[in-house]
Amino acid sequence: MVIYASHVGLPDGYAVFVKASCPTCREVAPVLRRLREAGVPVSVYTQDDPSFPSGVEAIDDTDLHRSYEAGVEIVPTLLRVTGGAVAETLQGWLRADWERVTGVPGLGDGLPDHRAGCASRTLDPEVAEMLAVRLGARRLAARRVELGDLEDEAEAMFERGWTDGLPVVPPTPARVLRMLEGTSRHPEEVVAVVPPDLVDCTVEKVAINAVLAGCRPEYLPVVLAAVEAACTDEFNVHGVLATTWSAGPVVIVNGPIAARVGMNSGGNALGQGNRANATIGRALQLVVRNVGGGRPGGVDRATHGNPGKYTFCFAEDEQRSPWEPLAVERGLAPGRSAVTLFAGSGLQPVVDQLSRTPESLARSLAASLQAVAHPKQALAWDALLVVSPEHARVFREGGWSKARLRQELDGLLRRPGAELARGAGGIAEGIPAALADGEVSKFRPGGLLIVHAGGTAGLFSAIIGGWVSGALGSEPVTREVRE
Amino acid sequence: MTPRQLLDPTSERGPADRPRTPRPESLQGLTVGLLDIAKPRGDVFLDRLHELLSARGVEVLRFRKPTYTKPAPIDLRREIAVRCDAVVEALAD
Repeated sequence: MVIYASHVGLPDGYAVFVKASCPTCREVAPVLRRLREAGVPVSVYTQDDPSFPSGVEAIDDTDLHRSYEAGVEIVPTLLRVTGGAVAETLQGWLRADWERVTGVPGLGDGLPDHRAGCASRTLDPEVAEMLAVRLGARRLAARRVELGDLEDEAEAMFERGWTDGLPVVPPTPARVLRMLEGTSRHPEEVVAVVPPDLVDCTVEKVAINAVLAGCRPEYLPVVLAAVEAACTDEFNVHGVLATTWSAGPVVIVNGPIAARVGMNSGGNALGQGNRANATIGRALQLVVRNVGGGRPGGVDRATHGNPGKYTFCFAEDEQRSPWEPLAVERGLAPGRSAVTLFAGSGLQPVVDQLSRTPESLARSLAASLQAVAHPKQALAWDALLVVSPEHARVFREGGWSKARLRQELDGLLRRPGAELARGAGGIAEGIPAALADGEVSKFRPGGLLIVHAGGTAGLFSAIIGGWVSGALGSEPVTREVRE
Repeated sequence: MTPRQLLDPTSERGPADRPRTPRPESLQGLTVGLLDIAKPRGDVFLDRLHELLSARGVEVLRFRKPTYTKPAPIDLRREIAVRCDAVVEALAD
């Protein structure tokens, strides 16, 4: 039980919390009278019937403020208060402890040695909710926006510019408090400095935007990790937002939390229909929009954008994968949960229904990967390759590890620089002549990410093209999910 | 009826909190910073502006961001704020 000692504001001495509807409290009532008679400074707070216990002059706590502030979970609870702080806490009736703590012997004549208590009224579901809003909301620092009687909530939020174009869930204090239950982190903790306005973003602000996005509380740790990862200098969400290119953050979730919160890594994993996938990615975008101030037409200068800028989040299918998960490959211990952020610019599916050997399938994938950004571009653009279960089966049966696939792709993705140079093939676009000597790789080292996801039917994989890679653009970033 | 309350999801920087610095009446006697954001050919535009301002007797200082994809470093922003009375930022493409 957590006692907020400094907040309790109880006088020094003893405080006992009771309710008349609790049989143990009724049995303990004579003990309280006895303590009074013995001159023990004991204040009794009653949660339901102000006349209970008779003969004790109990303090009316039917509004439960004192019980809530003291963190009472069981009645009776006996607190010993010294110097404004709670020095000792007893729950229920235990004769030996009550005698020891009060210093009064022979307590509870006729009572058994031990009797368990009942739940404090503060824990009744409807009461807990009411108290959380009335008292817990005082912990929330965000500015209150009051809606007029005639204002429609959904319209009001559109008008204030809080949405991405789709309706959002009103962030009421009750909803935000429930959302904050999803993390053990303090609401005032700064999660990240969010571009483009470079604003300190607290756990509370993330929670408010997670409510807007439609998240459940258990998704919040994933959203927090995604915000942290996006706002690193390496990921550079400022650039991802500001660029005229189509890119937006893609969130790939690894580890046990994905299944625990019900994420989709299977059929239609990159599509609509799963609440966790949809709202986690959306919450990140709403943080950038609302906290960071990044909006289309403002700092967001995308020529086309892409539908993934509403939300782009999925889990890797680790269970069926022949390979180590993406986060493990990127240094995280197996069995831990993580997000990896990739600056992705949309989806290009790849069909190959005929390859039955890894050699043939790798050639198919390599040929398709050449088209990322432009077939004559090289080294400057990353890509994320999403291999489906049916394609992964070909590699598993052929005995190819992920490292082997990567190594083979590296070889297949080299082309003579002369073919890629500006002007070559009658196409002005291409790599500068200075880079066109010898053979040129399509991707820089580390510039091709490979994950396993998708439905079990379909000899397809998917390419998510990236944005400008490396220090001038965006590096993929992996962050552990802290719960 | 109790007013319905929502919690503000934004940075709470209302536009009223960030009034723009008034535009100078004239550039006479002022120092003007020219900020190149490092996009190709931004320098072409700024070079010409530099010529035109210098010809009018305006003192010009040149600055350049390390990359256009990231916000200007804090030191650079501070240096411009301290040394210049006005700044022209050149976008390009």
